[in-house]
Amino acid sequence: MSEHQNTPGTGADRFPDEVVARLEPDAKEIISRYPRARSALLPLLHLVQAEEGHVSTAGMAFCADQLDLTAAEVNAVATFYTMYRRGPGGDYQVGVCTNTLCAVMGGDEIYSSLKEHLELENGGTTEDGKVTLEHVECNAACDFAPVVMVNWEFFDHQTPETARNLVDGLRLGKDVAPTRGAESLCTWKQASRVLAGFDDGRGGEGVQASGPSLAGLKLARERGWEAPDPDDLPSRPSDEEGGAQ
Amino acid sequence: MTTLTPILSENWDREDSYTLEGYRAGGGYEALRKALDTDPDALVDLVKQAGLRGRGGAGFPTGMKWGFLPADNPKPRYLVVNADESEPGTCKDVPLMLANPHVLLEGIAIASYAIRSHQAFIYVRGEVLHVVRRLRRAVAEAYEAGIFGSDVLGSGFDLEVVVHAGAGAYICGEETALLDSLEGYRGQPRLKPPFPAVAGLYASPTVVNNVESIASVPGIVANGAEWFTAMGTEKSAGFGFFSLSGHVANPGQYEAPLGITLRELLDMAGGMRPGHELKFWTPGGSSTPIFTDEHLDTPLDFESVGQAGSMLGTRALQLFDETTCVVRAVGRWIAFYAHESCGKCTPCREGNFWMVQVLDRLERGEGTGADIDKLLDICDNLLGRAFCALGDGAASPVMSSIKYFRQEYVDHYEKGGCPFDHTRSTLWGDRATTTGGNQ
Ligand SMILES: Cc1cc2nc3c(=O)[nH]c(=O)nc-3n(C[C@H](O)[C@H](O)[C@H](O)COP(=O)(O)O)c2cc1C
Ligand code: SF4
Ligand code: FES
Repeated sequence: MSEHQNTPGTGADRFPDEVVARLEPDAKEIISRYPRARSALLPLLHLVQAEEGHVSTAGMAFCADQLDLTAAEVNAVATFYTMYRRGPGGDYQVGVCTNTLCAVMGGDEIYSSLKEHLELENGGTTEDGKVTLEHVECNAACDFAPVVMVNWEFFDHQTPETARNLVDGLRLGKDVAPTRGAESLCTWKQASRVLAGFDDGRGGEGVQASGPSLAGLKLARERGWEAPDPDDLPSRPSDEEGGAQ
Repeated sequence: MTTLTPILSENWDREDSYTLEGYRAGGGYEALRKALDTDPDALVDLVKQAGLRGRGGAGFPTGMKWGFLPADNPKPRYLVVNADESEPGTCKDVPLMLANPHVLLEGIAIASYAIRSHQAFIYVRGEVLHVVRRLRRAVAEAYEAGIFGSDVLGSGFDLEVVVHAGAGAYICGEETALLDSLEGYRGQPRLKPPFPAVAGLYASPTVVNNVESIASVPGIVANGAEWFTAMGTEKSAGFGFFSLSGHVANPGQYEAPLGITLRELLDMAGGMRPGHELKFWTPGGSSTPIFTDEHLDTPLDFESVGQAGSMLGTRALQLFDETTCVVRAVGRWIAFYAHESCGKCTPCREGNFWMVQVLDRLERGEGTGADIDKLLDICDNLLGRAFCALGDGAASPVMSSIKYFRQEYVDHYEKGGCPFDHTRSTLWGDRATTTGGNQ
């Protein structure tokens, strides 16, 4: 993974005792979910990211201690995965999808517009510490292209203008809601804690499905199309039509 | 005429579709009750009879995979659900888990019982926070209702289910890399054999299945194998999501029998965006060779798409119209493969790096007449020579685009740059009054 540089985290090499005492029960709980302790490493890295906003040397040392691993073993894993920040970043991570489909549909224009608007390069953070900008790969929302993710929540059907308004709102501390997700955005640290396996109780918020997700269903309802009735099965369509080649 | 068959999406227009109550209102978890009264081996046979093939890309028969677990291995067995959905273009599992997580959970309970596993994992990509929340919420509801935990619905069967969030790596969708990742390592593919069925998670017998594959199981149990085979073709039975994205009037999820054609789907989706024509498309994500308007009538089943030179993959139909530069599109996909290459084997690690250099210089207008051969040469060293299918996948868009659009590559070096105005292909391209440069 070519973009992963081995820049060490900043700060002290160990968490203060108070932090260790607070996180240890969480770590134990995560570890208890798995048949083998080491499986807890990715969640634990999310957990230390929830504490500091990134994965630091101290965070990795905490994980190593919890799992009886060496610092090198933890570092090798932490540097492999793109979701772990190597250094401090903003409260809101704004990721513009620039994989092919979104790029063609306007993701490139959105990304360059945000770079200019925020005066940032890829991975840069605004001076107020609010917004980190990056481009991301396909986020499984191509039917809502172009897509922007903020703290891994969906902002569908963006334009350069809506995206600029979005980041302005984030910087001004306005209430910003994803198009398909919770009723309001949580911070990067809070999101990391959810990913570590600690629920924030917000799974019931937001829509069940919208727009393109419902396109086929809506049409089927309009035209009265349904799956076959198991008690009255038709003959196979391919038999009727002589078989699809 | 083929019509849509909403099954997994049938309840998505209910506001409470993702709740246990909402799911039960449509008969949810009745298939599980039926399954728990059935002999596990008979369930494996039922899924074999139905002819369900993996919906995660490769299309391997699901029942056969379940049947491969060695009977004499005393180690615990595991079910691992692949919810990593990261193949460019693929966008079906995420809306399914948002709108209807319980159909997946019911499938997990049935599949675990059928393969005699007492521990299942859902490995979900980390970059979809709300999906992680929805899944956890649904799993908690299922535990509370006695669907998971000890003595599932009073049957004596025990089942633990853990939702595990990944951390950003496309390669972790490859099943053996996923297992390494779930064990707490860097996600790099393992040598096969041994296959996961024999030595998977913690070297124990393991079934890895895609979200949609497992979610298709309750319907088969409830309605029977014949119901399932009443849809689709002889060798590609059943239904699946066809995910339309790009320059189409109404992009989105269309649940239909396998064997439907793009012409039929496009007709349902209102055609291409007004005033434009289909230029190229992927039948199953970026790793499947592209098609053109020649292939509008190719039945979208595993066999027919294969015969036509591509793969059904994940039925991720990314549609591009005539405003799209194919060299740019391919260049971006290859940048993705270069970024996501795990680095384990040389053809993929180096090949993708060099293809990015060549495609970038072509797009910048600095290419030469030797570049097309250079690309094909790299693909030759990649296809079939990489350690895992990510490498093969990367060769697909390059080779297929040169096959159908060689002249466009030539134009890039002969005309000294990209001949397309990229602003015209944007979502708002037809609304704009001005046109920009080749940005
Ligand atoms: C690079 C790569 C990425 C993959 N990503 C996914 C994925 O995100 N989801 C998935 O279900 N299968 C993915 N697969 C396919 C899996 O390896 C595996 O075949 C599949 O999970 C098996 O499930 P199925 O038989 O139910 O389809 C990927 C394969 C490769 C080579
Ligand atoms: S083909 Fe690419 S992703 Fe697969 S093992 Fe080789 S380097 Fe890793
Ligand atoms: S390409 Fe942007 S979400 Fe798929």
